[in-house]
Amino acid sequence: MMQQAKTLTLLLAGLAVAGSGHAAWEVNMTEGVTAVSRNIYGLHMTIMTICAVIGVIVFGVMFYSIYKHRKSKGAVPQQFHESTLVEIVWTSIPFLILVLMAIPATKTLVEIYNTDEADVDIKITGYQWKWQYEYLGEDVSFFSNLSTPIEQIHNVRNKNPNYLLEVDEPLVLPVGKKVRFLVTAADVIHSWWVPALAVKRDAIPGFINEAWTNIDVPGTYRGQCAELCGKNHAYMPIVVEAKSEEEFDQWLKEKKAEASRERELNDKVWSMDELMVRGEQVYNKVCAVCHQPNGAGMPPIFPALKGSPMATEADQIGAHVDIVMNGKKGSAMQSFAGQLSEVDIAAVITYERNAWGNNTGEMVTPKEIVDYKKTGKYEEDPARQTMPENQQASL
Amino acid sequence: MSTVTDSVDTDVKAHEDHGPAKGLMRWVLTTNHKDIGSMYLWFSFAMFLTGGAMAMIIRAELFQPGLQIVEPAFFNQMTTMHGLIMVFGAVMPAFVGLANWMIPMMIGAPDMAMPRMNNWSFWILPFAAVMLISTLFMEGGGPNFGWTFYAPLSTDYGPPSTTFFIFAIHMLGISSIMGAINIIATILNLRAPGMTMMKMPLFVWTWLITAYLLIAVMPVLAGAVTMMLMDIHFGTSFFNAGGGGDPVLFQHIFWFFGHPEVYIMILPSFGIVSAIIPAFARKHLFGYTSMVYATASIAFLSFIVWAHHMFTVGIPLIGELFFMYATMLIAVPTGVKVFNWVTTMFRGSMTFEAPMLFSTAFVVLFTIGGFSGLMLSIAPADFQYHDTYFVVAHFHYVLVPGAIFAIFAATYYWLPKWTGHMYDETLAKVHFWMSFIGMNLTFFPMHFVGLAGMPRRIPDYALQFANFNEISSIGGFLFGTTQFLFLFIIIKCIRGGEKAAAKPWEGAEGLEWSVPSPAPYHTFTTPPDVK
Repeated sequence: MMQQAKTLTLLLAGLAVAGSGHAAWEVNMTEGVTAVSRNIYGLHMTIMTICAVIGVIVFGVMFYSIYKHRKSKGAVPQQFHESTLVEIVWTSIPFLILVLMAIPATKTLVEIYNTDEADVDIKITGYQWKWQYEYLGEDVSFFSNLSTPIEQIHNVRNKNPNYLLEVDEPLVLPVGKKVRFLVTAADVIHSWWVPALAVKRDAIPGFINEAWTNIDVPGTYRGQCAELCGKNHAYMPIVVEAKSEEEFDQWLKEKKAEASRERELNDKVWSMDELMVRGEQVYNKVCAVCHQPNGAGMPPIFPALKGSPMATEADQIGAHVDIVMNGKKGSAMQSFAGQLSEVDIAAVITYERNAWGNNTGEMVTPKEIVDYKKTGKYEEDPARQTMPENQQASL
Repeated sequence: MSTVTDSVDTDVKAHEDHGPAKGLMRWVLTTNHKDIGSMYLWFSFAMFLTGGAMAMIIRAELFQPGLQIVEPAFFNQMTTMHGLIMVFGAVMPAFVGLANWMIPMMIGAPDMAMPRMNNWSFWILPFAAVMLISTLFMEGGGPNFGWTFYAPLSTDYGPPSTTFFIFAIHMLGISSIMGAINIIATILNLRAPGMTMMKMPLFVWTWLITAYLLIAVMPVLAGAVTMMLMDIHFGTSFFNAGGGGDPVLFQHIFWFFGHPEVYIMILPSFGIVSAIIPAFARKHLFGYTSMVYATASIAFLSFIVWAHHMFTVGIPLIGELFFMYATMLIAVPTGVKVFNWVTTMFRGSMTFEAPMLFSTAFVVLFTIGGFSGLMLSIAPADFQYHDTYFVVAHFHYVLVPGAIFAIFAATYYWLPKWTGHMYDETLAKVHFWMSFIGMNLTFFPMHFVGLAGMPRRIPDYALQFANFNEISSIGGFLFGTTQFLFLFIIIKCIRGGEKAAAKPWEGAEGLEWSVPSPAPYHTFTTPPDVK
């Protein structure tokens, strides 16, 4: 009953919020901001026009007959049928149109497949439900998460103009450079799609797909995961920020500096409060989608952390660290060792052991995580995440 | 001729004393093609409403951006089950039901070739459907990975109920294969003397070809789900890259089944429409022979185009080109069909009763779906269309008017023969117009949101897609509720109405109209003479 009342309230709130109005009557494909996207747009418009013309002719004859050749108008059926000539004509004309269509389509496709000689290489990895971007050879790597607040999704707050198409850290690209994407996934199949670039490539675990783009116009371009990848498929957007070359270089430099500052944090002496504050941020960004902000999870698929033995019993600290670092095979629990910094892992575990009344008072420090990595219990082998249990045991 | 008539008469009399048994056991034990056909049709209608109810939940959630009615996890179960139930529960059984009822009467056969197997093929279905639907109530929920159930989302990451889903698919597959074998055996062996292959009604022809497609691809689907079962429970790695397997292999296998499968859902419609349009235009079908060849060509091409569903998975350039060209070719025989129907209407003497209305809408809307299909075949453009609502619009344009409207048309066309009563023409026209408007209102705006960039299979979407989604939902509710009117019309027609003549449609042709309405329990126990 409570649940129903809540749903009803949310529904009403949602109607009120959505009523605030966003005129949106976009009916066509974007032309995009690359040579390839404009070619594709051209192909799309050409074939659509051809179809429309054929449609007008065929339906024209049909509607003429429907209007003229009705029994109520005294039409007498003309019993003509079978004509080889007519059949040949209406087989060959469409065939010729298709051949004409295939030529430009082939040219564009060949261009799309030319992934040689890139200026920038970026590895894109799809995770449930976020994207990781690695600037190859630059030692820059980060995750890009949905930044739309959950209250907007549940209609208790007004939606941002870029609702569901906004992220915490966008992919930054230089304009006028050929950028090659190496696309893969860590768990299930995703698909990286930005309409303005006309790039859509499936991210498949165990495969590396190639795609490329060369953006003409600086700006912000938004896209979404295009392949059903589980519960939060709708919530893993892509945002690309195209900057001039100088701005891009500047950004890259800052990113590198930021990465080294992060590493220094491991040596800092952390207090419980500091870890809790940071842990809460990390938790809400990374863990809350499954385990829920209140730690109650969604059993049986996403277990509760609140009051769970693993997060409350002192002798389970090791197991707790282990599952966060390595994930749990056969479940949506990923290995976070490669995704989060030592500080973030220590903070989030500390948070999970002390939030929502778990109050163990126990603290895990970044130093302990660094030491854990040295014990070799965690191996940085990406294949491990997707390997079945029985094969893991034999390793 | 008179001797034939005499023998039919005595035959009917001789059979009167062992007509249908009474009570429930009539339906459980029946081997009569008409009874089994009716059961298939009722089962299919029940599934149509079930899958439709799920579509209503989907449309209600998508009415506005944000989450209002259901959680994403349940939304995914709804999209998955909607697809599976509509494909395997509604459309395919409806066609098998029509085949059961009509094929023996069209070719002058007394029954299907294997009546007991016929009973069994039907009775597997309700159990498979119950098992499939029961997964929704299991711990962890039902299948949530889309009706295409791509691995590894459906294997390593699937809910525990996936195993039941696999079993249900196996049962549905067995039922389909047995149905197909029966249809082939009936058509090849039980035709009345004089009914040569090239005299068969097109519905019989299209079903013969469909049945071969079924036998060819259902085992492939069975193979795919068996490999899934192995991966889930027995430690194999067919689709697991970590164990040396290949997730893309799944898609190749699935679509090798899946593409012929979509033609399985459209070819019998071609046959239905090719019977109805000449009947109501009072004119012969323009090119019977070319229609047969076009159907066969489409069936052949369906086996060599599967990877056009996978243009973005990273197949090599040469593969993309091959599948693009092969797919574009399908437009040729499909065009031949559309041109033939239009030419049949041209200079006819048309009336527009419900079967003709649905058939005319079929030609127009199916052609629109064909156009978007041609657009999708252009591989570079598909990079923008793939997995968007444009695809959803495309396949609903070919399946709702293509399969569902054709089934409505067939039902109205043959209902007088089945029940002995005319249906309520006014109500049927209301049913048509509401379905037509509802269908277009639902699916046409999906082209727009798809082109504007809305991915499919999402419970929540960005604000620029809001207006068209609202329209789609309104159209969906209209289309959905209208189907209760269909149910009402059918029940009303069964219970009574104007007596139907043996041939209630002026221009109709075929052996089915030579028997009285309603068709006696046994027809053509002595073969008719076909000239």
